[in-house]
Amino acid sequence: MDLVQMQKSLQDYTKSLFLEGVLDSQFLQLQQLQDESNPDFVSQVVTLFFQDSDRILNDLSLSLDQQVVDFKKVDPHVHQLKGSSSSIGAQRVKNACVVFRNFCEQQNVEACHRCLQQVKQEYYLVKNRLETLFKLEQQIVASGGMIPAMELGF
Amino acid sequence: MKHNHPLAKEGRERERESRGKIPIHMMEVCNCIEPQWPADELLMKYQYISDFFIAVAYFSIPLELIYFVKKSAVFPYRWVLVQFGAFIVLCGATHLINLWTFTTHSRTVALVMTTAKVLTAVVSCATALMLVHIIPDLLSVKTRELFLKNKAAELDREMGLIRTQEETGRHVRMLTHEIRSTLDRHTILKTTLVELGRTLALEECALWMPTRTGLELQLSYTLRQQHPVNYTVPIQLPVINQVFGTSRAVKISPNSPVARLRPVSGKYLLGEVVAVRVPLLHLSNFQINDWPELSTKRYALMVLMLPSDSARQWHVHELELVEVVADQVAVALSHAAILEESMRARDLLMEQNVALDLARREAETAIRARNDFLAVMNHEMRTPMHAIIALSSLLQETELTPEQRLMVETVLKSSSLLATLMNDVLDLSRLEDGSLQLELGTFNLHTLFREVLNLIKPIAVVKKLPITLNLAPDLPEFVVGDEKRLMQIILNIVGNAVKFSKQGSISVTALVTKSDNRAPPDFFVVPTGSHFYLRVKVKDLGAGINPQDIPKLFTKFAQTQSLATRSSGGSGLGLAISKRFVNLMEGNIWIESDGVGKGCTAIFDVKLGISNESKQSGIPKVPVNPQPGNFAGLKVLVMDENGVSRMVTKGLLVHLGCEVTTVSSNEECLRVVSHEHKVVFMDVCMPGVENYQIALRIHEKFTKRHQRPLLVALTGNTDKSTKEKCMSFGLDGVLLKPVSLDNMRNVLSDLLEHRVLYEAM
Repeated sequence: MDLVQMQKSLQDYTKSLFLEGVLDSQFLQLQQLQDESNPDFVSQVVTLFFQDSDRILNDLSLSLDQQVVDFKKVDPHVHQLKGSSSSIGAQRVKNACVVFRNFCEQQNVEACHRCLQQVKQEYYLVKNRLETLFKLEQQIVASGGMIPAMELGF
Repeated sequence: MKHNHPLAKEGRERERESRGKIPIHMMEVCNCIEPQWPADELLMKYQYISDFFIAVAYFSIPLELIYFVKKSAVFPYRWVLVQFGAFIVLCGATHLINLWTFTTHSRTVALVMTTAKVLTAVVSCATALMLVHIIPDLLSVKTRELFLKNKAAELDREMGLIRTQEETGRHVRMLTHEIRSTLDRHTILKTTLVELGRTLALEECALWMPTRTGLELQLSYTLRQQHPVNYTVPIQLPVINQVFGTSRAVKISPNSPVARLRPVSGKYLLGEVVAVRVPLLHLSNFQINDWPELSTKRYALMVLMLPSDSARQWHVHELELVEVVADQVAVALSHAAILEESMRARDLLMEQNVALDLARREAETAIRARNDFLAVMNHEMRTPMHAIIALSSLLQETELTPEQRLMVETVLKSSSLLATLMNDVLDLSRLEDGSLQLELGTFNLHTLFREVLNLIKPIAVVKKLPITLNLAPDLPEFVVGDEKRLMQIILNIVGNAVKFSKQGSISVTALVTKSDNRAPPDFFVVPTGSHFYLRVKVKDLGAGINPQDIPKLFTKFAQTQSLATRSSGGSGLGLAISKRFVNLMEGNIWIESDGVGKGCTAIFDVKLGISNESKQSGIPKVPVNPQPGNFAGLKVLVMDENGVSRMVTKGLLVHLGCEVTTVSSNEECLRVVSHEHKVVFMDVCMPGVENYQIALRIHEKFTKRHQRPLLVALTGNTDKSTKEKCMSFGLDGVLLKPVSLDNMRNVLSDLLEHRVLYEAM
């Protein structure tokens, strides 16, 4: 594929992520922090996010599957996930976490289960998309091009 | 005739007595003559009858008395009546009993008779005695009755009189009402005649008015005659004088010229005629206190004629009525005159009002048109102006031939001049409107003067005129006022000095004016607490001004210089505008000159406020360019339990050039923190107060303030309670996650400058 075309498709893809609300401006901030001294900043952060989130989701599933759900344990996990997702700009995950936390406060087990499902769904979505994004970026870098700076011109 | 003398009576009695005892023929012989005829029988009969009737009468009188007294119900002397009644009854009884004594009667009857007689005697004597007291009273009653009757008759008469007077009054009132019910002169007069004629049942009624010349009386109104002809009589007739001489109604002869209104039939007796004067009051006759003088009086003559054959006479009350009516007519006429006058005045005023209103509306329209025009001019003319000036300036920068350069320079100069002129005119018109307001602000006075001088210096240098600036030592540095316009004033004055001087030097002096400095006599400076008066003197040794021309200097468009010096241009508005501005600043401006060729000094005072702060409040113009990442090597500590957000925050700070250490727990933080770290960012998202404790611990660890790092909380919620909590735990600032790069940058710079930050939320 042509370099320019690849760059264009990367831009379009990123734009679509923003338009869909999967990512928000915080992601842009992260991209701004990436420079020569810190070339892999974004991917590092995102990878860490994935690791953390996988772990948290596991714990959450276990906690919610108990006979008696200990919400005092569930809440901190959700809080952590919310924090992480907001730090990297995974907007939809963060929103789902907010809803999750509300139901935790209400101690509504049924709703919490549903929320967990929702969170997982959103998380896998964003994980998928980000992985695709990184693949595109790697392709461009491999072809010798520069990753174009994102302008929020829409 | 035989008389019934007592002897005979005795004889009879004895005879009767003796019937029982003494035979009849043994009666004593009296010397009386007795007729053969039994005259005794006749006499006795008559006596009998009379006695009977007397008795009857005597009995009936009291009855009648009782009956009528009962009817009258007002009779004061009842006791007397009783007495009288008793007397009469007894008399009657006596006479009644007497009836039995005509024939032989028993002793009992005689006894009864005697008793009756005795009683009667007693009662009658008593009554007689009583009557002595009573009859005078009764008589006086009678006299009183008479008196009252007379009085009643008198009252009746008076009543009659009053009634007639009242009727007269009623007539007068009615007449007056009729007369006064209209304010039209003609109607008044006509009504008067009609009503008078009706009330007094007159045959003819006429009104003679004085003509304009005042020498004749013209017949103006009549009652019966339809069209009074142009009939005049000279005013100096004796009868007229007589009438005019008194305010009363005067009887005049029916043959006098004023009374001869209709063709005289000759046969009949003419009714009596009365004439009365009617004063015609003019407005100017009215004094406040007294009634109009009689000197310049005009009178009209009212003539009233009784019907011809009625043999009626003028009664006093009718005359009075006429007089009263005449007065009322006078008053009514004067009212009518006043009303006419006031109506005329009102009409005049209304006309004037209408005219004024129109004029005002025209003026408003004119003003609005001018304002619209100015507004349009303001925008429409300035825009092309700016374009011309800007483009000409740009053109100057390009490659041009000398000819072209000259042309461009001329274009530029002319357009600058035009722009200035427009501004001046617009300013002036706004000033005159009063719509211009000063824009007050704090500024540096010293700097202002220096700037002005810098602007003027080039021109002055070219003209070889040295300019010196003297600022008084007590001149405040920071003042409150309209900086732009003050500069305009100073620039104008100094500019004028430069413009109109060919040689010499120019000195500009600024000082705080005190009351002992020389000022124009009608102006006093009173420096109040927070204000002072700035005095600026600009002295030049140039052309000078003729003292006579000085007042004209400040008028618009006036130029006193000859055409030669006028080449320096200027609209002549400069001083006028400056004066307006100075006045707006509650000051005064004047020019002193020793004469032509001896230079002149322009002086003005303006009121300025003293700025309170010794240094300027805050930074007047915030420097807009933030320092780009000037935090090289700044040591910071980031404490966050969440790995991802820890990494992101670290990335931010590293990007800004900081040296970042990260910890993931409170204990680690306490262990690691040192005085080398300038800022500690701690995440306080987790619920609970444990995170805040760390702040206290750090406070404890670093007792000296300058060693302690600044503590900033990173949190996800920005409500007041979080802020308050942070403040209470001694944190220096709160930041909202997620933090953007610019945000972090600004925050850091503010933080380091002020050592406190509570704004970046």
